[in-house]
Amino acid sequence: MITLENVTKVYSSSQGAVTAVNDVNLHIKEGEIFGIIGYSGAGKSSLIRLLNGLEKPTNGRVMVAGQDIASIKGRELRKARQEIGMIFQHFNLLWSRTVRDNIAFPLEIAGVPKEQRLKRADELIHLVGLHGRENTYPSQLSGGQKQRVGIARALANNPKVLLCDEATSALDPQTTDSILELLVDINQRLGLTIVLITHEMHVIRKICDRVAVMENGKIVEEGKVLDVFQNPQQMITKRFVQQITEPEETKGTIAHLFNQYPNGKVVQLTFAGHATERPLIAELIRNFEITINILQGKISQTHQGSYGVMFVHMSGTDEEVARALDYIRQQQVGVEVMTNE
Amino acid sequence: MSSMFPNVQWESIWAAASETLYMTGVAVAFTFVFGLILGLLLFLTSKDNIWENKAIHTIVSAFVNIFRSIPFIILIILLIPFTKMLVGTILGANAALPALIIGAAPFYARMVEIALREIDKGVIEAAKAMGATTATIIWKVLIPESLPALVSGITVTAIALVGYTAMAGVVGAGGLGNLAYLEGFQRSHNDVTFVATVLILIIVFAIQLIGDFVTSKIDKR
Repeated sequence: MITLENVTKVYSSSQGAVTAVNDVNLHIKEGEIFGIIGYSGAGKSSLIRLLNGLEKPTNGRVMVAGQDIASIKGRELRKARQEIGMIFQHFNLLWSRTVRDNIAFPLEIAGVPKEQRLKRADELIHLVGLHGRENTYPSQLSGGQKQRVGIARALANNPKVLLCDEATSALDPQTTDSILELLVDINQRLGLTIVLITHEMHVIRKICDRVAVMENGKIVEEGKVLDVFQNPQQMITKRFVQQITEPEETKGTIAHLFNQYPNGKVVQLTFAGHATERPLIAELIRNFEITINILQGKISQTHQGSYGVMFVHMSGTDEEVARALDYIRQQQVGVEVMTNE
Repeated sequence: MSSMFPNVQWESIWAAASETLYMTGVAVAFTFVFGLILGLLLFLTSKDNIWENKAIHTIVSAFVNIFRSIPFIILIILLIPFTKMLVGTILGANAALPALIIGAAPFYARMVEIALREIDKGVIEAAKAMGATTATIIWKVLIPESLPALVSGITVTAIALVGYTAMAGVVGAGGLGNLAYLEGFQRSHNDVTFVATVLILIIVFAIQLIGDFVTSKIDKR
């Protein structure tokens, strides 16, 4: 559905050239929810704007739904943009229009007759759960409701692709979840391809099928969400994964335990998919001469399955602990022995 | 009434007031149109905008600054040949119009530019992402989104224009300014000056009231 080939975007500024996107290759399949995560300044805003031609690449090819977005312009580009919906961090609604008229705006641009516009707008209002608010103005809506209007507006012309530019970053956690659920619902119901950029791993975990990690304009890691969670390669990816799996207090607890139990090992276990459902700890205690103290544990649901992290303290003879660790590894559970730093 | 204002001829007062209203009304209409066009041009040709063009921006900006800076009373005199060519005379209400419009439109153009700059860039970006043409962006985004500021700007401009008509009156354009100068000042009929002043104040208050009312009606922010 979307293919980027050797895409580079360079901005010239007074301090010299800035490379926002550096030789990116990416393939996004039809109907998937693809997340791009990175800190601010990583180039993800530029990248998503290349997908609907709001930015033109300095080099490379951008193919979206069979159209070469980078090379078309004028009428053709405007036509192509009607097939690509976009929602924004700050919603970008027209405050001078009611909810209904905001949603009808892209239909006006596409030249749809008035009667059909209003009919379609009412369908969309229903789809995003805003019935009864048709005639209110954006200023009277909450952040979550505004984003619902933004989503309805982006879907008005039945696009093939929906681009989400930090769509939940201005919302509180609860509202974020409801908007994410709406996006998954739309993805499943309409078979729409969704590309989203974010700096929150929570968003990726919750709805994405695949994820790309971006740093300094480059994609440094890419893969299925569960794989990336289970086995992050790059330092930056590990940091993002920790956003969810490792709350701050764990570090404190571990440091405390190293002092309290100079013997034994503090181990981080990572589970994915079915491994999360097995009574591993019970098996360890039964089969090995060790004691296990559970320090902290958490299971997170991803769009593709569950993913868990547990910190335990193991003590016993060195041999017995080593045997136990081997056993855990055989169960397809990730093992990392923590060191006291 | 006639004992309080012995020198006031009410018929000539009403005639002068309607001349003032006529000059202000026509000048406001033209100023709105020209100012809007100039303001849009200033905004759209500025940096990082749809029609970014440094040359055009600099020229329009210079034009606006020059005509905004010339004191109105001098502008009238400078424009006498132009007015003569356009209207055929330099006396009467119509003869005041070119100077009024040329004096006020650049002033309003700056207000339009400021109003347009206040619009969230993201809204313009969203319209572009939907495949809007520049014409659609101007008519359906820029103007509606800045309308309250455009209306309050034209209110301020209209009030300035009432003042300009009075000045134009002194050099022969008619209206309440002309009356106050010829009948009131030159013949030392202070009552005429007083009545003319009160009427001008009433006109100004009325414009402000209407402007505020319309602004609050259309502002949905």
